[in-house]
Amino acid sequence: MNITELREHLCAQYPDLCPLFSIEFGDGVLTVPSARMVEATSNLKDLGFDLLGMVTAVDFGEEFELVYRVRSREMHVGLFVKTRVPRDEPRIGSVVHLWPSANWQEREVFDLFGIVFEGHPDLRRILLSDDWVGHPLRKDYEDPGLIRRPDYL
Amino acid sequence: MLPPDTEPDAGAAASDAPPGAIGARESVVKGAATTVEGRGEHVVVNIGPSHPSTHGVCRVVVELDGEIVTSAEPVIGHLHRGIEKMAENRTYLQVVPLTDRMDYVGSMYANWAYCRAVERLAGIRVPERAEYIRVIVCELQRIASHMMSIGSTGADTGAFTAFMYAFNQRELVVDLFEALCGARLTYNYVRPGGVAFDLPDGWVDRCRAFLEQHPDAMLEIDRLLFGNVIARARLKGVGVLDPAVAVAWGATGPVARGSGVDWDLRRDDAYSVYPRLDFEVPLGERGDCYDRGRVRLWECVESCRIIGQALEQLAELEPGVIKAQDLPRLLAPRPGDAYDHIESARGSLGVYLVSDGSVRPYRMKVRSPAFSNLALLPMLAEGHTLSDLVVVLGSLDPVFGEVDR
Repeated sequence: MNITELREHLCAQYPDLCPLFSIEFGDGVLTVPSARMVEATSNLKDLGFDLLGMVTAVDFGEEFELVYRVRSREMHVGLFVKTRVPRDEPRIGSVVHLWPSANWQEREVFDLFGIVFEGHPDLRRILLSDDWVGHPLRKDYEDPGLIRRPDYL
Repeated sequence: MLPPDTEPDAGAAASDAPPGAIGARESVVKGAATTVEGRGEHVVVNIGPSHPSTHGVCRVVVELDGEIVTSAEPVIGHLHRGIEKMAENRTYLQVVPLTDRMDYVGSMYANWAYCRAVERLAGIRVPERAEYIRVIVCELQRIASHMMSIGSTGADTGAFTAFMYAFNQRELVVDLFEALCGARLTYNYVRPGGVAFDLPDGWVDRCRAFLEQHPDAMLEIDRLLFGNVIARARLKGVGVLDPAVAVAWGATGPVARGSGVDWDLRRDDAYSVYPRLDFEVPLGERGDCYDRGRVRLWECVESCRIIGQALEQLAELEPGVIKAQDLPRLLAPRPGDAYDHIESARGSLGVYLVSDGSVRPYRMKVRSPAFSNLALLPMLAEGHTLSDLVVVLGSLDPVFGEVDR
């Protein structure tokens, strides 16, 4: 199945998700408001997206963008789900109940970005030690050990 | 499908379940552990982070009831170097050597996955010859990586001979890589837009000579390790992974295929020149350590077929055209994002790149198959003995450079 067929399939099954779907550089992207995130991903799960490849985040200053990559083995198609949460209150619903693989992925995002996944069964740091201060992948993270390469490359 | 089980060696006719003997898995499988619960005290044992059987720097906090594991929690991050953060501080080309240091048993894969994401982001077309060379080196890398895994399965189960046999084969591959790019472990060979060097003179013949003897060596290891009475007793029925659980937990690669999950990106999301190559995807049935090991073994045989065909098709292409034309010295891709994935020796390895239009990636995320596969350890190890925990961990084939990044 290609992206256009996926759009038709998605729109037929879940008309309310249809306006959120876009195609960016050949990739299907579903951009949802953070409040509808869990509901939308649950619909995708029912649609046949059985693999959650990754969960990650990008620091865009005022907001964090959360990026989920889901894939369907049956339809042979992948899809991004993107949502934004404000920096001063980074909270989002967890999808562990839909895809258990989100367990470690969300812990990693919590560890490195400080985004709280509500409903996660075991939200702890995973890569860094428990007493680490700060979230290193945020753009404003400062650490004496972090050396910036000079601008001349 | 996998070929039928290797015949057990002499004297092992009843090896698979002699009651009371070393192979009596029933006494230690799930359920048996619950009968002793409440009788004794639980002991917490820390294994690692620096322990010969954890295949790297992994700490496993194990709770034991006698010798039975009641819970096992991997504590990862001991090799976390912040590669994703470092990448934000380097140009696109300077990131390639960092990717070498993620999966250091399969550096070519990380190189390739990263380069594919960059090429997608910057809209670079890779010459056909470079694509064939990439497929050849990556299939060789699969053999080298699986030899490491199968060899350490032997070492974990006390069959050190098999370890030496497997490493003998791995050594031949690493020699080929050394002739190709001068490095034996961190190659920095696949670059955005192509590969670093063309194949040197005589390399194709050396590669063919390797392919000629490799399948026979695999049959020998199949007999030596997977036909061995002790290895069979240690591997069969241990760490059984249900296919539905494998999919739900995002397991990919030989770990999922050992359980019969028919999923291989080389075929199911065919990239590069794989659609032109004919190969099979070996699948296990039982999902235990034995099947995961044998899936890796037969993947090596299939890799030989792939390389053979790729070498034939490569011979018809003009030598020297290994890099995209008009590549700028300093890549500054369009603002936006791109994700691409390949089938590495451990599963689907993906790289997600975000660009803000500058010469450095704004964000790089690596979707690591070893990370996802390792999350299964608590489930697989529970109810087995402590010595089986080591085997289960080995069968997941984690490389901690990639788990921790």
